[in-house]
Amino acid sequence: MIEKALKGNSNYWMWLAFLTAFIAVGAICYLRQFIYGMHLTGMGRDLSWGLYISQFTFLVGVAAGGLMLVLPYYIHNYKVFGRITILGEFLAIASIVMCLMFIMADIGQPLRGLNMIFHPTPNSMLFWDMVVLLGYLSLNVICGWVILTAERKQVKPPKWVYVFVYISIPFAVSIHTVTAMLYCGLPGRHFWLTAITAPRFLASAFAAGPALIVIACLVMKRIANFDAGKEAINKLITIIMYAAIINAFFVCLEFFVGYYSNIPGHKHSLEYLFFGLEHHGHVYNNLVPFMWTSVTFCFGALALFAYMKITKMSNDLLVGIGCLMTFIALWLDKGLGFVMGGLAVNPLDEVVEYYPTANEIGITLGIWATGFLLVTILYKIAVKVEHEVEGH
Amino acid sequence: MDKQRRTFLKLAGATALAGLSAPVVVNLNATPAMASAAAAGHGEETRQGMRLGLLIDMRKLYGRTDLLDKATEACHRVHNVPKIEGKKSEIKWIWKTAYANAFIDQSVNHASKITRESEFLVLCNHCDQPPCVRVCPTKATFVEKKTGIVAMDYHRCIGCRFCMMGCPYGARSFNWMDPQPLLKSVNPDFPARMRGVVEKCNFCGERLARGQEPACVEAVKEVGAIIFGDLNDPNSEIRKVLDREHTIQRNAALGTKPSVFYIV
Repeated sequence: MIEKALKGNSNYWMWLAFLTAFIAVGAICYLRQFIYGMHLTGMGRDLSWGLYISQFTFLVGVAAGGLMLVLPYYIHNYKVFGRITILGEFLAIASIVMCLMFIMADIGQPLRGLNMIFHPTPNSMLFWDMVVLLGYLSLNVICGWVILTAERKQVKPPKWVYVFVYISIPFAVSIHTVTAMLYCGLPGRHFWLTAITAPRFLASAFAAGPALIVIACLVMKRIANFDAGKEAINKLITIIMYAAIINAFFVCLEFFVGYYSNIPGHKHSLEYLFFGLEHHGHVYNNLVPFMWTSVTFCFGALALFAYMKITKMSNDLLVGIGCLMTFIALWLDKGLGFVMGGLAVNPLDEVVEYYPTANEIGITLGIWATGFLLVTILYKIAVKVEHEVEGH
Repeated sequence: MDKQRRTFLKLAGATALAGLSAPVVVNLNATPAMASAAAAGHGEETRQGMRLGLLIDMRKLYGRTDLLDKATEACHRVHNVPKIEGKKSEIKWIWKTAYANAFIDQSVNHASKITRESEFLVLCNHCDQPPCVRVCPTKATFVEKKTGIVAMDYHRCIGCRFCMMGCPYGARSFNWMDPQPLLKSVNPDFPARMRGVVEKCNFCGERLARGQEPACVEAVKEVGAIIFGDLNDPNSEIRKVLDREHTIQRNAALGTKPSVFYIV
């Protein structure tokens, strides 16, 4: 089926070339980091995790978000998602590939990465994260590929593949739960030390993943003659709204716990993220504009969606804008605020701010571009197969 | 058997003998002593056998910044810790910091002048329940069964820095760059690191094996401010002082059970 990705119009190739340019820059930046060392990043002794790990965390969510298509279709037999379930599975594949690339970019001795397997350590959540991520990747590759092949041959998918489909559902939950457990089991990191981290991660994942899929559907409707169907999009918007509201609710609960208990450690990160943290006469507030953008975009998108639902308005452009706003809001919340906010105050009560370097941003963009390239190719194959079946 | 191994074994043999005669040096070959039951509450178990610990008597170090620096320098010299300018990439095993930074869980409202103005030595606490060991995905950091030291295998560490996230004491440093060209002098008795791995205080495990005291203990010997020994041996000097004096630990509420004690 891969040959289907090799045929496309000039726009398709232009887009791939555009992404490849970013990948090339990212590769050069990574070579620099590999040769000269991690001091080329903005990370340091106190802020020893940065952009790479925060992108990893966010993208695990995007991967898990595919569950919002798989679950209604396979468990509740919600036929409307029939055309787009494959998009969820393929997005999960690309997201996990990005996750693994971010992990490799982040570790100081990438050539020793296999030590994770040679010396398996069940008490480390990172070990379990590797297990569930590789498991979820394999499941999505198997399910996506087998089901698409069956569709192409216009036969029913073999029964055995459904076993993998059903296993993939708890796996989707597990990848984000275990990723949350990387953070929420660490003593002395107040912002992360909360049992709501995993549910909050899942909620934001179930909004961010589907939002990206809706955007992809709208783009493909315009350029690839692929219509997901109005009902499917509408249902996805409903899912996105609920998930985003639940995420916002969880964030509000964090505020309550921090400010009502009045325990400084619980308040510091929230203060740093949303209002600026005063420390020895200096106010640290680098992330404040980003976090308020996140809040504004989140509630702006919710208001927009609610208005469209109430007035029964149908407008692809507005849906697209709403989804983009949701995606950006959640990226700022989790892909930036969660990790940086948790690290702003170090274990010795010193405040440190993070400034990613150009090299680091280059690598980050390169990995994102790789993911987009992969999504483009996989979606191209999926759409071509559907066209073939429908006899376009 | 290669030469280094022979030398090591000879040293180990010598250590065993030294342990019998020299009371200041920790005898790594002692039979396991009784574990202290008093340290644990709610029926929690602490390690049995030897558990090395360190007590810093700050009363002997107030106003002696020179001694704090001497301890840091001695440690960093024998362990090939490079001096890197700036906070971002620095590597430190033992260093001085203000009371409010060292003891973040203790109130500093109306602290005495000496508490407010003095600096305190901080280092790896070699916890009995170390979060860094719990989170490491490759067992590159582990508890040495014989001594209770939280040790590092620099050759296994993949540099994920999860241990730095897990440590609630900020005791760990990462080699953001190749440290070797930055060393002014190299101590051939201890390995220099490569970039991309985490490191921290090792309670001078290599010196103990040679029958020597930890470098920081030796550096402040003139005032005898740091006492090192087996916390589980009721006859050790450190236990005698612990039994007699009121001591505090850094952020003990987290349940890590630090092995470093302070008299302030």
